[in-house]
Amino acid sequence: MYVAVKGGEKAIEAAHGWLAEERRGDPGVAELSVAQIRGQMSLAVGRVMAEGSLYDSDLAALAIKQARGDLIEAIFLIRAYRTTLPRFGASLPVETGAMRCDRRISAVFKDAPGGQVLGPTFDYTHRLLDFALAAEGEAPEAARVAAAEKAMPHIMGYLDREGLMEREAEGVGVPPDMTREPMELPADRALRLQALARGDEGFLLGLAYSTQRGYARNHAFVAELRIGAVAVEMEIPELGFAIELGEVVLTECETVNQFTGSKTEPPQFTRGYGLVFGQTERKAIAMALVDRALRWRELGEEDQGAPAQDEEFVLMHCDNIQATGFLEHIKLPHYVDFQSELELVRRLRREAGDRREAAE
Amino acid sequence: MSEYNFAYLDEQTKRMIRRAILKALAIPGYQVPFASREMPMPYGWGTGGVQVSAACLMPEDTFKVIDQGADDTTNAVSIRKFFEKTAGVATTEETARASVIQTRHRIPETPLGEDQILVYQVPIPEPLRFLEPSEVETRKMHALEEYGLMHVKLYEDISRHGAIATAYAYPVKVAGRYVMDPSPIPKFDNPKLGDCPAIQLFGAGREQRIYALPPWTAVVSLDFEDHPFEASKAAADCALCGAGDSYLDEVIVDDEGGRMFVCSDTDYCRARRAAGHVGAQGAPEGVA
Amino acid sequence: MEAAALGGGFGDAPVDSARAFRAVMRAMARPGTVEVVAGAAPPAPLSVAAGVAVLVLCDPGTPVYLAGGHDTRGLRGWIGFHTGAPVVAERGDAMFALGVWESLAPLDGYALGEPEFPDRSATLIVEMDRLEPCGARLTGPGIKGGAALSLPEVAAFRDNAARFPLGLDFLLCCGDRLAGLPRSSHVEAG
Repeated sequence: MYVAVKGGEKAIEAAHGWLAEERRGDPGVAELSVAQIRGQMSLAVGRVMAEGSLYDSDLAALAIKQARGDLIEAIFLIRAYRTTLPRFGASLPVETGAMRCDRRISAVFKDAPGGQVLGPTFDYTHRLLDFALAAEGEAPEAARVAAAEKAMPHIMGYLDREGLMEREAEGVGVPPDMTREPMELPADRALRLQALARGDEGFLLGLAYSTQRGYARNHAFVAELRIGAVAVEMEIPELGFAIELGEVVLTECETVNQFTGSKTEPPQFTRGYGLVFGQTERKAIAMALVDRALRWRELGEEDQGAPAQDEEFVLMHCDNIQATGFLEHIKLPHYVDFQSELELVRRLRREAGDRREAAE
Repeated sequence: MSEYNFAYLDEQTKRMIRRAILKALAIPGYQVPFASREMPMPYGWGTGGVQVSAACLMPEDTFKVIDQGADDTTNAVSIRKFFEKTAGVATTEETARASVIQTRHRIPETPLGEDQILVYQVPIPEPLRFLEPSEVETRKMHALEEYGLMHVKLYEDISRHGAIATAYAYPVKVAGRYVMDPSPIPKFDNPKLGDCPAIQLFGAGREQRIYALPPWTAVVSLDFEDHPFEASKAAADCALCGAGDSYLDEVIVDDEGGRMFVCSDTDYCRARRAAGHVGAQGAPEGVA
Repeated sequence: MEAAALGGGFGDAPVDSARAFRAVMRAMARPGTVEVVAGAAPPAPLSVAAGVAVLVLCDPGTPVYLAGGHDTRGLRGWIGFHTGAPVVAERGDAMFALGVWESLAPLDGYALGEPEFPDRSATLIVEMDRLEPCGARLTGPGIKGGAALSLPEVAAFRDNAARFPLGLDFLLCCGDRLAGLPRSSHVEAG
């Protein structure tokens, strides 16, 4: 006699227990601390903060630990936590021109005030496995120079001054908040940038790469890439002035792109923009390229039908929490809808068979 | 449960969802955009239904959750637990005893009553999405009541297969105006959508849409005069309870691919067996 | 701020508003049925039912228009304190409008929604002297066969329904009772 499958609740509890054990790994090996993850997996922490849209390195590190290193799962934990937080207000726009830069490079000028500062980059490392790390050796101390005393000016400013850059429209009022309002299309640039800033790094990387290979090609020069800390200030109505709440580390990328001009406008350069929490360079560059590709309409360019130009395609699919949830939901039971398909296909085959027989 | 607000969501979020529900009821079948929140469960796993339930539940409610018609499927268990923990509501597996039922892919077999609310989890709320991927375009089509594309698709099915090849998420027209996706319920369930005494609410979290069917609303499955809509199911009776009128799951029972059919609605099957109905391979309740 | 503004809200907001919403939802889902609500004690001239509706539905994101005699300092203070909803001078800016029928009418000028977003329309909370299941005849979604409701007039509601899917939705309040009248209801003289 057949007895229907039961015990979903027990199965879930057992799965959670096993998961906890697997997360811990071999108990003979010391457990990772949140501080270790925060300090030594700092680029993972940056990505989780950026795509989780919550600047808190301790929570991001905790999420990475809890997620067994699955960064999308960690981002999900942060997002779900973030939604429950009360909002006290909005900060003033951060002044990235006043950034205390750890890294600042320009690909368009050999030198400029403030200089080229490589900072802690993988760029010129030879990608050879360093077996010394496996032996847990201490890293030798890095060479030190005095930090620049003055803020490094934006490279873009020099092009701006010459009138070579398209004029950026002043932002109007308070930007939309995509976490509090349903997405409405077409989206303005503020909403697009917001979506890209929390969008999946891999998705944006692929899209940006596609623009480089000719799908809405618009050759981008990195005018400037800078990484460093900026102050976050908030206006306190009761005080009548802004106070500094703290600092956040940001990665900012500004690209200069070709623009041939139009009948009414002489040739000038256009820009793409990326701004992301943490040291998240790949993401910021990709964001700037995708931003630029999405601007085809406002710049009077041709719609080439490229994926990176399709605002709805990009914005509706760049969120990895939405994407992963929906992707993975297909492992949930679907036997009811599958059964209905099964019935239909069987019937259609039967009827087709009957028709064939009748014909013969 | 004190660490969460009642039913998890904060009050402002609930107000926003409640306003969307009222507009959805006022414009039956129209998809109201809402600022779906990130829930502590994945998108695609019922976040829309969960948010609608959270905005509707009150402490006196008795809550039932089904997935594929069954109360014991893992995701149904998980959602039921969530509300036991965050809303402290009583839960039940009995359709008749529930005041709020959250469902994925089925409408219970037991007819619903006036005081019940059925909340559907919806993956893709837009019935035109598979014909036109752009939201900007489909929104225009709804505004203009331009549903020709849908009829063309259904007609192409007929010319190719001799029948409409949609077996679930079968589109309906609501109160003579909006074409609506009834969520991926089998078309067997479509006739239960219309003239139903209960309030039916549909929540799509990832897609940020809420829509509704007030009680006693006219709901018509799209069809053609010469190819009328047909609610179909497996041509068998439930092997456990003998029901000939319920939607059936097919179960493979041995290595040779032998199969049997059992009620997808586990509560309906259980109640029938408790009342003494026995199918070909079942045993009376209590014997197992 | 006057002390009166501070009182009269929900005692236990999450639970009180959940119960009240159920009543409001049932009313909107079943035009012609009258629901009883509780939990608000708003200052005059607002009825308990209208006060409950405001507490359940209004917040800083919902501009409110106070029509005629409902535009009082006391009411502005109460709504501001309990919901944070901005009170607007133009009916066209309002998501909710509050008042007696004579002050709210004529219905021109309220947001009716847009063809692509018919939900972006105002909800009118109407204070009534009398609310009984008799009078004008209602048919449409939510109604089995037909229903009756003591509406202040017929023509305005009939015209409103004719614009479907655009249109206004109504919550009719009297004391601690309320009824819903969505745009989907067809209204005829009873």
